Amino acid sequence: MNYLKLFFKDKKAAVGSGMLLFFVFIAIFAPYIAPYSPTYMGFTPMEASSWKHLLGTTANGQDVFSQIIWGTRISLVVGLIVGALTTVISVVIGFLAGYFPGVIDEILNLLTNVFLIIPGLPLMIVLAAYMPSRGMWTIIFVITVTGWAWGARVLRPQVMSLKSREFVNASVVVGEGSFHIIFYDILPNTAGLIAANFFGSAIYGVLSEAALEFLGLGNPNAVSWGTMLFWAENSQATFFGQWEWLLIPGLFIALLSTSFALMNFAVDEITNPRLRKR
Amino acid sequence: MKYILRKILIFLVTLWVAMTINFILPRMMPGNPAEALIARAHGRVSAQALHSLEVAFGVNVHQNIFVQYFEYLGRTLTGNFGISITYYPSTVAYEIETHMPWTLALIGVTTVLAFAFGTILGISTAWKRESIASTISLPVSIFFNSVPYFWLALLFQYLLAFILGWFPISGAFAATGPQGIALIGSILYHAILPASTIFITALGGWVLTMRNNMISVLSEDFVTFAYAGGLPDSVIEYNYAARNAILPNFTGFAMAIGFVVSGALLVEMVFSYPGIGYLLYQSVVNLDYPLMQALFFFITVTVLVANFIADMTYVLVDPRVRT
Repeated sequence: MNYLKLFFKDKKAAVGSGMLLFFVFIAIFAPYIAPYSPTYMGFTPMEASSWKHLLGTTANGQDVFSQIIWGTRISLVVGLIVGALTTVISVVIGFLAGYFPGVIDEILNLLTNVFLIIPGLPLMIVLAAYMPSRGMWTIIFVITVTGWAWGARVLRPQVMSLKSREFVNASVVVGEGSFHIIFYDILPNTAGLIAANFFGSAIYGVLSEAALEFLGLGNPNAVSWGTMLFWAENSQATFFGQWEWLLIPGLFIALLSTSFALMNFAVDEITNPRLRKR
Repeated sequence: MKYILRKILIFLVTLWVAMTINFILPRMMPGNPAEALIARAHGRVSAQALHSLEVAFGVNVHQNIFVQYFEYLGRTLTGNFGISITYYPSTVAYEIETHMPWTLALIGVTTVLAFAFGTILGISTAWKRESIASTISLPVSIFFNSVPYFWLALLFQYLLAFILGWFPISGAFAATGPQGIALIGSILYHAILPASTIFITALGGWVLTMRNNMISVLSEDFVTFAYAGGLPDSVIEYNYAARNAILPNFTGFAMAIGFVVSGALLVEMVFSYPGIGYLLYQSVVNLDYPLMQALFFFITVTVLVANFIADMTYVLVDPRVRT
């Protein structure tokens, strides 16, 4: 509880979570905020900004502002789900490897190192290109499969060190089983790392999703910031002076991942007191 | 010695995993997507090329899967990646060979520069933590570390090349075919925009990790002792603190280099820079699986080698692993 208080007192965490809340608000109330349907194609194509179309229109005559508002949903959901799934996998693998020395540790550690080195984007591209369907869940799957190694790598030594501490030895002497020790003794003490892991993975998720969709490996008919960039680039939006169509989706992607990065940084400062202001 | 053997083992296993992923993926997916590729290639490529495609992806092949696998490993290790569909009748190996130097020069130079500058910046922001420059550089680094590489590339392309006309919009050298010194100048001129995009986005990450490592080390007892001993500040900053703070940066290299290379590939795509990233984009757009797989393999090998060099340098800077 103490840590949560520290978290919300931190300026970076406050700005970060404020930004995140802003995006959550937009995502939930998208139908009320967006003036038009994001997929309606009846407007004059490639129109510049005006009071009718705050950010102009796309090459297909859709309202860019409405697309930005609705697009928040997919980017936010992908970021949060990738963050959560990746964290779960990292925790399971990191804990198993750190807690059970010997063969299990050797195998899992090798696996982690291999996935750590294989460059993420090319692997994601190959995976996504072979997938029979293109959509949000395919992207979530591809990003999660390639992104869990870093968290596992960070957690493993932490678990190993906690396992040899006095208070864990005390639990062993009292006769507690592995389950109790892992969930009641070790897990709470790695909460900070796990939180940082979640925010880091969420950033990875948001940025990777944008990259894959920009390459046309997402569902091109879905409205998300990444696909907006894909269409803007393919319609040569800037050449026709419709620069808002390119600028705003990228800026929103950057802001969403900055909000996660700020919270990540704040967690780092809380769990590592040396980083705090003297 | 144990450390080096470990790194060699990881190197070999990763290589094997990358090759095996390439073998399994097309065969595992429902309705083998490569079949669609072969159907498209019908009539466009020679019968011999078509057959080699079928062998490569296990279509209409009545061989045992293990025989297929070992033949596949043999082909990969001897550098036989088949023909490219996009660049038919050119082979995949030839295309990669001609595009690789551009990427190695562009990404290699920018990564080393970003690592060096980022580390130095990280040291100084941690050292003078309360200064205005440090206070500003922190949120700026966080933001630039969160920006999609390709989007920044698109912005630079629009603003600096299209609107202001300061730099060429795309390509690696002028289409007019300059010779000698003029060609070198043209190549450097074309490299400025893509290089600075990669540099700026990669810099933030190095600054942040180095800053945090440095701050942790600065509060260690041996640093306090160095102060007490009356050592000059610059000696403490570089010889005591920075030397120890840089170690985790080497071990974190694996993750960072993969991230930087991935981003740099996207930057190449935006600027139509004729390197591996551009080739990868072509293979994605055309669903050219032989080319795509070989690129994945080559990028992995390159990252592996870069990482291996970082690991071996680590032996030089950290005496503890030499035992």
